[in-house]
Amino acid sequence: MHPAFSVIFLTTLIGVGQGLYLALFSAQTYGMAKLLPAEDGRFFAVGGIVALLFLLGGLVAAVFHLGKPSYMFTRAWRGISQWRTSWLSRELIAMPLMIGITFIYILFQYFGWDADLYGWKVPGQLGLTVGVIGVIAAVGLFICTGMIYAAVKFLQEWSTPLTVVNYFILGTASGFSCAAVYAAWQGTAPQLVHFFGWWAIALTVTGFFTRGFALLRNARIKNKSTLQTAIGVRHTQVTQKAMGMMGGSYNTREYFHGKTAAFLKSVKWIFLLLVFPLPILLLAAGLTSGNTAPLLLAFVTQYIGLLFERWFFFAQANHPQNLYYQTV
Amino acid sequence: MTQLALVIDLNVCVGCHACVTSCKQWNTSSEKAGPLFDDRPYGEDPTGTFFNRVQTYEVGCFPNTETVHFPKSCLHCEDAPCVPVCPTGASHKRAEDGIVLVDYDKCIGCKYCSWACPYGARELDEYQKVMKKCTLCVDRIYDQTLPESERKPACVLACPTSARLFGDVHDPESQVSVAIRENGGYQLMPEWGTKPANHYLPRRKTRMHIHEDELVRADNPLKKEDIRHGTNDDFTLDDWLM
Amino acid sequence: MSESSSNATGSRIEVKNTTCYMCACRCGIRVTLRDGEVRYIQGNPDHPLNKGVICAKGSSGIMKQYSPARLTQPLKRKAGSERGAGEFEPISWEEAFATIEERLTQIRATDPKKFALFTGRDQMQALTGLFAKQFGTPNYAAHGGFCSVNMAAGMIYTIGGSFWEFGGPDLERAKLFVMIGTAEDHHSNPMKIELAKFKRNGGRFISINPVRTGYSAIADEWVPIKPGTDGALLLALIHEIIKQGLYDRDFLTQYTNAAELVNLNPDDPEYGMFVRFEVPPEEGCFDPQNKLWWDRELNKPISTHTPGADPRLLGEFKLSDATPVKPAFELLKERVEQYTPEWAADITGIPAETIRRLAHEMGVTARDQKIELPIAWTDVWENEHDTVVGNPVAFHAMRGLAAHSNGFQAIRALGILMTILGTIDRPGGFRHKPPFPRPIPPCPKTPTGPEDVQPNTPLNGMPLGWPADPDDLFVDDAGNPVRLDKGFSWEYPLSVHGLMHNAITNAWRGDPYTIDTLLIFMANMSWNSTMNAEQVRKMLNDKDENGEYKIPFLIVADAFQSEMVAFADLVLPDTTYLERHDAMSMLDRPISEFDGPVDSVRIPVLPPTGQCKPFQEVLIELGSRLKLPAFVDDKGKRKFRDYPDFITHFETAPGSGIGFLAGWRGKGGEKSMRGEPNPNQWTMYEKNNCVFHHEMPKSYQYMRNWNQGYLQWAQSNAMTRYAEPINCHIYSEVLQKFRLAAQGKTTGRQPPEHLRKRVETFFDPLPFYYEPLESQLTDKQKYPLNAVTQRPMAMYHSWDSQNAWLRQIHTYNHLYLHPSVGNVNGFGDGDWVWVESQWGKVRCMARFSEAVEPGTVWTWNAIGKAAGAWNLDPMANESKQGFLLNHVISEELPTHDAGEHLSNSDPITGQAAWYDVRVRVYKAGADEPQETYPQFDAVPAAPGTPPRRPWQNYFAGRFQKKGP
Ligand SMILES: Nc1nc2c(c(=O)[nH]1)N[C@H]1C(S)=C(S)[C@@H](COP(=O)(O)OP(=O)(O)OC[C@H]3O[C@@H](n4cnc5c(=O)[nH]c(N)nc54)[C@H](O)[C@@H]3O)O[C@H]1N2
Ligand SMILES: Nc1nc2c(c(=O)[nH]1)N[C@H]1C(S)=C(S)[C@@H](COP(=O)(O)OP(=O)(O)OC[C@H]3O[C@@H](n4cnc5c(=O)[nH]c(N)nc54)[C@H](O)[C@@H]3O)O[C@H]1N2
Ligand code: SF4
Ligand code: SF4
Ligand code: SF4
Ligand code: SF4
Ligand code: SF4
Ligand SMILES: [Mo]
Repeated sequence: MHPAFSVIFLTTLIGVGQGLYLALFSAQTYGMAKLLPAEDGRFFAVGGIVALLFLLGGLVAAVFHLGKPSYMFTRAWRGISQWRTSWLSRELIAMPLMIGITFIYILFQYFGWDADLYGWKVPGQLGLTVGVIGVIAAVGLFICTGMIYAAVKFLQEWSTPLTVVNYFILGTASGFSCAAVYAAWQGTAPQLVHFFGWWAIALTVTGFFTRGFALLRNARIKNKSTLQTAIGVRHTQVTQKAMGMMGGSYNTREYFHGKTAAFLKSVKWIFLLLVFPLPILLLAAGLTSGNTAPLLLAFVTQYIGLLFERWFFFAQANHPQNLYYQTV
Repeated sequence: MTQLALVIDLNVCVGCHACVTSCKQWNTSSEKAGPLFDDRPYGEDPTGTFFNRVQTYEVGCFPNTETVHFPKSCLHCEDAPCVPVCPTGASHKRAEDGIVLVDYDKCIGCKYCSWACPYGARELDEYQKVMKKCTLCVDRIYDQTLPESERKPACVLACPTSARLFGDVHDPESQVSVAIRENGGYQLMPEWGTKPANHYLPRRKTRMHIHEDELVRADNPLKKEDIRHGTNDDFTLDDWLM
Repeated sequence: MSESSSNATGSRIEVKNTTCYMCACRCGIRVTLRDGEVRYIQGNPDHPLNKGVICAKGSSGIMKQYSPARLTQPLKRKAGSERGAGEFEPISWEEAFATIEERLTQIRATDPKKFALFTGRDQMQALTGLFAKQFGTPNYAAHGGFCSVNMAAGMIYTIGGSFWEFGGPDLERAKLFVMIGTAEDHHSNPMKIELAKFKRNGGRFISINPVRTGYSAIADEWVPIKPGTDGALLLALIHEIIKQGLYDRDFLTQYTNAAELVNLNPDDPEYGMFVRFEVPPEEGCFDPQNKLWWDRELNKPISTHTPGADPRLLGEFKLSDATPVKPAFELLKERVEQYTPEWAADITGIPAETIRRLAHEMGVTARDQKIELPIAWTDVWENEHDTVVGNPVAFHAMRGLAAHSNGFQAIRALGILMTILGTIDRPGGFRHKPPFPRPIPPCPKTPTGPEDVQPNTPLNGMPLGWPADPDDLFVDDAGNPVRLDKGFSWEYPLSVHGLMHNAITNAWRGDPYTIDTLLIFMANMSWNSTMNAEQVRKMLNDKDENGEYKIPFLIVADAFQSEMVAFADLVLPDTTYLERHDAMSMLDRPISEFDGPVDSVRIPVLPPTGQCKPFQEVLIELGSRLKLPAFVDDKGKRKFRDYPDFITHFETAPGSGIGFLAGWRGKGGEKSMRGEPNPNQWTMYEKNNCVFHHEMPKSYQYMRNWNQGYLQWAQSNAMTRYAEPINCHIYSEVLQKFRLAAQGKTTGRQPPEHLRKRVETFFDPLPFYYEPLESQLTDKQKYPLNAVTQRPMAMYHSWDSQNAWLRQIHTYNHLYLHPSVGNVNGFGDGDWVWVESQWGKVRCMARFSEAVEPGTVWTWNAIGKAAGAWNLDPMANESKQGFLLNHVISEELPTHDAGEHLSNSDPITGQAAWYDVRVRVYKAGADEPQETYPQFDAVPAAPGTPPRRPWQNYFAGRFQKKGP
């Protein structure tokens, strides 16, 4: 597939946003459970704003993925109509939902609205409730995003639960990295920074394995479709001599990355480096030294790495339609 | 239930591209589908929206080579994977005749449907930024102002070898169903279970076998030319033997 | 028929019929206009040729109509600018006409041959030829010489008809079909319709071609052959068929000269001629029935076709005066004895078993699958037949055979193969299309000497004709050519279509003479229809010591800004086919069917664009201004208002009743074929799908060479002059006459010394195989490969790269070759390579293919373009990646014993030997630019051409900003 920058940014940005949200929410619950020093609502509100900015950034990127940006206002509302069948439609529901709830979460946290909803007699129940809804939205959005790709059975590289898992883990990891930076920047209790940071490391390590599994799996994929099944001729030697047009078409633009195998390979190594070991080292360095800079660098490195990762994710997917477009 | 479709006979398709440009010209001026954009029409790497392309494949090695011309447009899959994925409902399969269509007024150009088509049958119109594809010429086949014989897709009318048949593949008596049945019609990429309505008919060979004795027949005209004329002026045994 | 209505949205919808001209096939089309603009072009279902179908080109007519390459104003070259630079200023038609009138009046009054008119892929040779003849210049020809004259001449000199417009395979009834050297051909849609039907009916289709593309793709068997070697294959097939006795003896004896006795007395001036028993009472261009057979029963000579006689086909006999004689068939048999399948296998690369099997398939199918139709007919010898019999083996061949310098003899061999199988004008075999068959050779003759060209006088003879003997040549007393292209001279005696491909070089060199004005109509002679294109472009721009152009004045009549336009001094913008009247006339090359004559017309569906003027109107105007007799009355007053008026009223002779169109003649349109002019003829064509189809009775549809009913009908309708039999020429006396002259055995004209051997060698009355001339004169070690081109179905020559839709299909071209060529020469699939011949080299991209004979490389014809031509962006792929093979093909042979400057053509017909070139292919250097070579300076868009749109959204005549 030809990696589209709109989608690369969309998925990575909202991944950070969702992950950050989840991180904040975890800190909040830990705080309520007294496992961590409790932060005040402002901390979560500002963090929420950061998450919201990431989500909105994703939304902007998404606009560029529509045929025309104007469709955002004139037609996109139709996009929710097919939620019964279309993961894209579901995402179109989940994303505004996520954004909306994040916004509400910010409000609740900022103004510290509360009520003893469940009679637990502890503060923060309302915030917690809103937060839980947000968690559902965030996880749902992760699932929708992942399923958009995992549900296309023709793209065998994507058509695996690992796709959803990776969207979730990598997004969350980057979100926790971000949270660590945020916490350090806010100058909160070091426990919190450590909480975010070590979770970020744990998630990154997990991501290394899940993404690694996906890579190993994809390296072994046997394409279901062949030139033989594509044109229905049973012979071991079939080659295309002309694809019917010479100046290119949508089919050649959308589905081919146009890069060499070597280029692809280097992108793979770059992302493996940038997303996993480097951030882990940097995070560890930041956490152990108590410096913010390595943390920030860790997050930025990981995010850039994820851009590569996402590029590679698309480029590696080999669409069966390509069988029909091999020779000018 | 009706399922309209094309059946393409690779046994006679000569790869002339008539179906390609006749489709383009009908549809570019069509209220339903057109216009079909062309980018850099007179420049470098010209490109445009087409609903149908003819490709060429070589099978086997010299001298046992087959050249296969292979036209491909939307196959109007019975289990069309491009439809359920569409978030807007722009992409739809009509219940009454099984034609898969895109409603341009709804389409947001997200391309998701095209990812979900294993055949590369959809093309995004780069000007209108909506997804386009073969309409099976819905604006011809039901047009009551056209004579009955012309209520067929443009490409079918154009095709000089009548390699393109059009009809209802669910009606076992239709021309297309008979052709599929009798000539080993097949579907593309059956492994995906998309059940394309369009079918292809394979190459068929006519051979000749000649028996040895057919070359030496009683009525061989050479026998009429046996040498019986003239005399031999040299001595012959006839002159000697008594 | 023209219909008008409105649709739901209130647009005005009109449907008009006319005839397509996106190629020379000339299908009937129906054009739907919405508010006066073209919405849709479809095949006309009521047209006999295409029966409703249409091809890729025809379907893209809209893009031709609205192409940015369209010329819309008369132009003259900017003073001081070089030819080829393409710098023009617009002028008025009046200025254009006045310029031409002045110049041509002067030429005509002094030396008419200084005006040369050559026309390319047009279909109006009847009118252009008439104009040239009336002007009085011998220097006229159409594209036939560089196209397929070998096919026309080789077959017509053998069976009285040929393929394409003249006749074709009867695939309706054939069981076995053998196609040789055909890629797309003129009979484009009809061939496809028939081929598909044939296959569906279970017919067996064999294609003989070095390349497997297009039609060959769907062949049941592909027989790859080395280019230029078909003669060997065909002779071996004949060998095997005769050896096995698989020929149709009855057909040969009755309908050919196979049984006729040839004089074999070497001392007789009649040596090698048929023995004649009496001098015919009337001389004419027919075959008098005064020859002898050797009767089997009586064992003595007997006049041919004596009732009850059964002639011998083989043997050697002595006439009473001791003259040794042999039936022609015996000579053929002796000739092909040496041509064994093993011999041919070495030459053609086809295994001997395959050749043998092919011969058996042909022979056995012809013999055992006979068709008998219950159609009674009478032959010219008054024998009544209850049935028409057919041997269902059909052939079709085109330029793969024709475009070689040994093509004429190879095609003779094909004609003979078809004849011995008994397939001529019979069901399931080859069938003629009226006005064919014609006598062998047909009657028209060119003038025969320089005195036939006189100031202010029409030419004394036809500009093109069919020589029957050396006295018909168009040469002076020394045997030198009178024509600029040296047509009808000893160099190419049977050049029945002229040698357009040498006109520019000859005029430039002044050999045989210089000319003043060259008018080129519809031919891209600086590019794809010229050999040696790079040099020819220089010649067009070359000046003498005085700074005068060697070709002083060059007029180009074209509809588009082709490469040729850039070289013009004066450009005349033609209309498109949708904007003009046209006649596909019986006087020219009509679109007849097997079952009878068909002619057709074009009627404008759109008004002319800008100042475009149909070239027909230009000729009528010029003819009137120059007061050429056919165009003015006795008082010198213009006779015809315009072209439609000319078509309506012109008669070949006053009161002949024969004009350009055969339909709806007579005062009220009640007559067919001949009759007085009908003032409403155009309207009647318009009402009848623009086509006139005269279906003959079944009894006239077969065996027409010998069919009394048909021949008399043809004679009474002035399609032929004589109702005499047209026996197939297994043995060609015409060729023998030239050979005798070359041998010095005749009293008439004889070739100049240096050409004697050439004429003697090639004018063999029996087919023989020789290596193509260029190969004979090339170091084959150095240039081991044959390079050929072929037609893509979705492009017409050079003129469709301006077409926004078609050029997306063929944007540039590759050189296709077998992977082994790349492996040996160290390059891979897709690499940039040099193709080099002894004449020059071209850089292009290689594409590996398993569907090509390993000794052959090929490419699609005429895809490459000169930068800026056709108003394409100078960066367009056509000029950057596309290439033209013509740069490595020479228009002349290397100097050899027959002289220098001989055309690279068939020595008999002057057919351009496009496919003889030998090349080598090697990898281009890594430091070389990845673009085609040679490159030419980009020409600017000519004034008046429409803007080149950066993108377009065509919608029913409008280029929309937005979707509907
Ligand atoms: N290498 C190689 N060269 C070949 C051949 C080959 O096989 N190989 N084939 C040869 C053969 S068979 C042929 S016939 C020639 C063809 O060669 P050409 O006769 O040169 O044919 P075209 O390229 O079609 O160009 C004819 C010109 O007609 C113009 N034209 C098109 N429509 C109209 C019209 O309506 N009116 C006017 N006035 N002009 C118009 C075009 O713009 C173009 O300039 O090429 C020959 N050249
Ligand atoms: N679409 C389209 N149609 C056209 C034209 C066009 O430009 N485009 N041009 C028209 C014109 S002007 C003409 S003259 C006709 C020509 O019609 P064709 O004769 O069909 O055209 P070519 O492309 O010259 O085909 C030559 C074929 O002969 C093969 N060949 C070459 N050398 C040999 C040989 O030695 N032996 C054998 N057996 N085969 C050989 C080539 O591989 C090729 O397949 O087409 C006409 N129709
Ligand atoms: S061919 Fe592709 S676009 Fe057409 S119905 Fe099937 S999946 Fe959809
Ligand atoms: S591109 Fe249009 S038709 Fe396709 S999925 Fe998106 S909205 Fe639906
Ligand atoms: S059915 Fe109509 S839209 Fe579809 S390929 Fe044919 S002409 Fe084009
Ligand atoms: S029009 Fe017919 S013969 Fe031509 S490419 Fe299309 S299907 Fe094949
Ligand atoms: S074959 Fe030639 S005349 Fe016929 S439709 Fe095609 S371009 Fe037109
Ligand atoms: Mo030609």
